[in-house]
Amino acid sequence: MDLFLQELINGVTLGAIYGLIAIGYTMVYGIIGMVNFAHGDVFMLSAFIALLFLLLLTQKLGVTFMPLVFVLAALGSMLMTSVWNWAIERIAYRPLRGSFRLAPLISAIGMSIFLSNFVQVAQGPRNKPISNPFGRSITLTHGGQFNVTMSYSDVIIVVVTIALLAGFWFMVRHTSLGRSQRACEQDMKMAALLGVDVNRTVSLTFIIGAALAAVAGSLYLMKYGVINFADGFLPGTKAFTAAVLGGIGSLPGAVLGGLLIGLIETFWSAYFSTDYKDIAAFSILAITLVFLPSGLLGRPEVEKV
Amino acid sequence: MSVTTNPERAAGRSDIVEAFKQAAWAAVAAAALSFPILLFRAGANINNMLVVRSRPLLVLGLVAAIFVARFFIVIWQSGRTTRVKSSGIGISPQTAFQLKALLVVLLIAYPFIMYWLTGPFGSLKWINNYGIQILIYVMLGWGLNIVVGLAGLLDLGYVAFYAVGAYSYALLSTKFGLSFWICLPLAGILASLWGMILGFPVLRLRGDYLAIVTLAFGEIIRMILINWTAFSNGYAGIASIPHVSFFGLPFEDDDTHLTFASFFHLHFMPIQQTIFLYFLILALALLTYFVTMRIRRLPIGRAWEALREDEIACRSLGINTTITKLTAFSLGAMFAGFAGSFFAVRQGFVSPDSFTFIESATILAIVVLGGLGSQIGVAFAAALMIGGTEILRELGFLKYIFGPQFDPVQYRMLIFGAGMVVMMIFRPRGLVSTRTPSIFLNEARTISGANVKEGHG
Repeated sequence: MDLFLQELINGVTLGAIYGLIAIGYTMVYGIIGMVNFAHGDVFMLSAFIALLFLLLLTQKLGVTFMPLVFVLAALGSMLMTSVWNWAIERIAYRPLRGSFRLAPLISAIGMSIFLSNFVQVAQGPRNKPISNPFGRSITLTHGGQFNVTMSYSDVIIVVVTIALLAGFWFMVRHTSLGRSQRACEQDMKMAALLGVDVNRTVSLTFIIGAALAAVAGSLYLMKYGVINFADGFLPGTKAFTAAVLGGIGSLPGAVLGGLLIGLIETFWSAYFSTDYKDIAAFSILAITLVFLPSGLLGRPEVEKV
Repeated sequence: MSVTTNPERAAGRSDIVEAFKQAAWAAVAAAALSFPILLFRAGANINNMLVVRSRPLLVLGLVAAIFVARFFIVIWQSGRTTRVKSSGIGISPQTAFQLKALLVVLLIAYPFIMYWLTGPFGSLKWINNYGIQILIYVMLGWGLNIVVGLAGLLDLGYVAFYAVGAYSYALLSTKFGLSFWICLPLAGILASLWGMILGFPVLRLRGDYLAIVTLAFGEIIRMILINWTAFSNGYAGIASIPHVSFFGLPFEDDDTHLTFASFFHLHFMPIQQTIFLYFLILALALLTYFVTMRIRRLPIGRAWEALREDEIACRSLGINTTITKLTAFSLGAMFAGFAGSFFAVRQGFVSPDSFTFIESATILAIVVLGGLGSQIGVAFAAALMIGGTEILRELGFLKYIFGPQFDPVQYRMLIFGAGMVVMMIFRPRGLVSTRTPSIFLNEARTISGANVKEGHG
């Protein structure tokens, strides 16, 4: 029971990070029907930007109050990553809008290769470790085989994710931007005819996706305390897996998928073997899709003749 | 961008102002993008603590370079009245035949030309890094073209079958001592078997769901190779895989038994093996080509293309879509298996590092850049992408410009990724714009690639 509770905590925090990245995938897919392969690398880039802001604030500006440093670093990373993703969309994807399906996909894969190698060249190939100031933990249960603990960073991750998702949900449901997004998702041409600025909506979608990925990147940096230029691929793929598992195009599905992938991964590591945790996540994806071909919450594709 | 009315008009004053504005925007954007990530670098100091160092000169130089580049691009573009819609190369069936014949002759002559030009040791690099390396990707591209280009199934885990082929030969030869010529067909059979095993449950998925599951399978196979150390020796890989023999005659410098050199009364040289490997992969690639071209004319091949064009119509006409997809999937896998076992015999070493997602992505990029379904386009695209990245290894002269600590090799993948984006923007439909349908009325004729669908599977 203790082990179960502990792994539940770990799984939920990991799943929250996956969920935040997965929203970026699923939103872009919903609107322009493109798998944004570079999103995992945008996440990695955001963690690097957060790291640089963190070091700048502590070393150059001498700020010592760590919670403030982290909040400022995360905000800075959200801003700069948004600019990056906006530029990426402008340069690599917008010229290919309305082109056939595989061209933007290849462009996104090229962008992904470019971003990870750009960070490698700009920041060097080594791991960048930082110490976690929120590493202290609260003991939840005593006795038993071991104490179930929850570190402050876990609490922060869960609280931040819930707050962001609530704000995000409100934005999609109740603001004009959210309405334009949903309109573009249903029928881009018709939305354009009715006066929705499609280019602006798509750009803003990429910006929001990047901002959420930047939060995920900052939280990831805070929790794991290390980042490397190659760290974009696996979390990115897992987040994409989460988006597909939840039903790509569905926002609650992305979060649900993220949580499931996080939980599967940690429980598999705890009860079976750490080596095969990624295999477990991918296998469950394959098995789920065989029985539910459009994911858990996705709408089944209607074939029209 | 303003459209000028007179095509002869040189860039006027308003054009220069416009170009200046655009260039200023690009420079501002570049400066903003490089603000923390390029301007500062987090490096470890002696105490292994991260410290930031700033590099204002680098950013300034980059921003200036982007300003100048953007300025001249806008000036150059405004000189034209309309932007030419890039369409790619059109190849008619008649020129296609001559082109192919010429290419085959050139390819057969290539190692000898290189040998004659650069000698027995200088030509090693040219035949190995350019010839063999490109031909492996040509073969993989043609194999994936069956799945993506003909049947319209998006496969992001193609490298898994390449890995199956490579490990088949590596394990069968090191554990059981089987020769390459027995393992080559076995590797193909095993890979296509894996294609069927993995394909069967997933082929009722469509579109991006199929893509992500194939990607997942590719990763699963790589992770099994990493983690199941008793089977595959994990990250360390399998070394000292036996080399290829000339149908039983080894390429060795050994007088005690019959070797290739002694049988043909030649002096032993390492280049002999390389040239033999070159012709081996050339033969395998051509085999892939001819098998694909013949199968396109069989009912099953026609079913693939029909499936790509309209799956519902296929089903209504009684085509078994599962079997049709499965044949495409496993046939594509078989050729990857052949290529994989060739890869293993050429390297003499396999490890999971060679079978990452980047490989799948590269092969898919070759197929898309070549023009889906265009065989000759795939060959061109492979030569361009693989040859291009190999040439980037030869940029050592840049050290004289940027100083001795400048390492051009680390920019190789950076340029590769950027190149993929640029090529897609300028040629989204691929290098070759025409397709040759396998069925026609009266005379063979090409159609535009835009008329060919890309499938939804």
